[in-house]
Amino acid sequence: METVTVPAPERDALNTPYWDSLAQGALSFQRCNPCGHAWLPVRSECPQCLAADWGWEKASGGAKLISWVVYHTAYHPVFASRLPYTVAVVELDEGPRMISNLTALGAAEPLKIEQRLRLLVQDEGGTAVPRFTLA
Amino acid sequence: MAHALSGKVVIAGIGHTSFGKHPGRSTVSLNIEAIRKALADAGVDKPDVDALFVKAPTSKFEMMYAQTLSEALGIVPRIGGIYDHGGASNISMISYAAMAIDAGQCELAVVALADNPATGTRQAYQKSYGDGDSALYGWFGTPAGYAMIAQRHMGQFGTTSDQLGAIAVACRKHGAANPNAQLRKPLSLEQYRESRLIVAPLRRDDCCLVSDGAAAVVLMSARKATQLGVAKPVPVLGFGQGQTSWDVALRPDLTTTAARMSAQTAFAMAGLQPSDVDVAQIYDCFTIAVLMTLEDYGFCAKGQGGNFVQDGRIELGGDLPVNTSGGLLSETGMPGLQLVIEGVRQMRGESVNQVRGARNCVVSNQGGIMHTHATLLLGQ
Repeated sequence: METVTVPAPERDALNTPYWDSLAQGALSFQRCNPCGHAWLPVRSECPQCLAADWGWEKASGGAKLISWVVYHTAYHPVFASRLPYTVAVVELDEGPRMISNLTALGAAEPLKIEQRLRLLVQDEGGTAVPRFTLA
Repeated sequence: MAHALSGKVVIAGIGHTSFGKHPGRSTVSLNIEAIRKALADAGVDKPDVDALFVKAPTSKFEMMYAQTLSEALGIVPRIGGIYDHGGASNISMISYAAMAIDAGQCELAVVALADNPATGTRQAYQKSYGDGDSALYGWFGTPAGYAMIAQRHMGQFGTTSDQLGAIAVACRKHGAANPNAQLRKPLSLEQYRESRLIVAPLRRDDCCLVSDGAAAVVLMSARKATQLGVAKPVPVLGFGQGQTSWDVALRPDLTTTAARMSAQTAFAMAGLQPSDVDVAQIYDCFTIAVLMTLEDYGFCAKGQGGNFVQDGRIELGGDLPVNTSGGLLSETGMPGLQLVIEGVRQMRGESVNQVRGARNCVVSNQGGIMHTHATLLLGQ
């Protein structure tokens, strides 16, 4: 029987350092050398000053919850057995925002916007992915 | 003071197909039916059409679609094209057509849209979002984007599920009275509360219908409409756009969108204020979109949308009747031009849910997950 997996991200020269960093257990983001702006997802120019002069930095792992949703519908077969699951917009302490999952929530209090979160790097079908749990 | 272009261009004709399912029919065929009816409604002949603005069908993207449609219509436009602002395209195209008419680029413009996701492909509505790794997190589908915004609105302002439900109840009530509506079953708040969760906090009844269909409008100068003896021309008083553009995950503020600048531009052009509006057709792909649009348009303060939509205030007979034909939640899920058509019917005094004495109507269109917005003000 064929195993259903989540589509793996397409790797290219630009995003390979991002995925390699996660494989080492760290979430990395880009920071502009001229203007200092920090961002995700990976792109070739700074979206603030448009410079192509930037470097990688490792995130501290601290973040806050901007918003979240709970899926009761599976749009891909792999998620059918995971319902209900939580997808969130999180803001890293360094500034970049990203889509991720909230995981290992246990029987905690109801979620609140602006709640403190911390990074958990987990395996998803062979890819190391950044997820978050309550700090 | 109103802009010089305010009121100089009119909507002279409207047309649409039936709403629901059209198995086996192409979007070209659906567009032609709507355009044929809109031309007949305006009382103009096809050879006089010299501009065609058409929305990219959401269900299937096709290269140079406006040229495919022009060939099928047997016309050679002087100006026009295919536009992709998602559901905001319709009002955007009306504004481009009005400016083109005013600049002497054309005299008789057709604006049209057709879509067939009900019997054609729905793939475009179910894709994952973001930069390609979204699938890893299970971040799929349009409802989830709106749910993310709704949850933030609830957290910031205390907006409740029942307040979103009040919007669904109003639209379904209006649609129940509309013989052309795809879904004519009214909805109680109790039924709404029992509606299945799709992506929490949004329920099935927060989400618009999936529909095949087409709609078209005919535009010309007010002067030409008088010369041709057009029966009921409806003047375009103002229009505006705003393109939030950024992905939901990246926009700095989830609960205010460029709908605000779109409305400010339109109201300034018309020399009007929200208090001058008697009836509103607000793009209701999801209930939260209506609530936030009413806030961003200035009908109430930011964060007060939940209170504003309650207690029948947006139902017929309320302070501001919204979506008097049922909107996307009840009339048809088709992305947006039907709201303009209902605005025209209100200004002509021909709606099945006519707001008595209505003099001004605002229409909103938006696309993506509030990525694009366009506003239209119609008058007498």
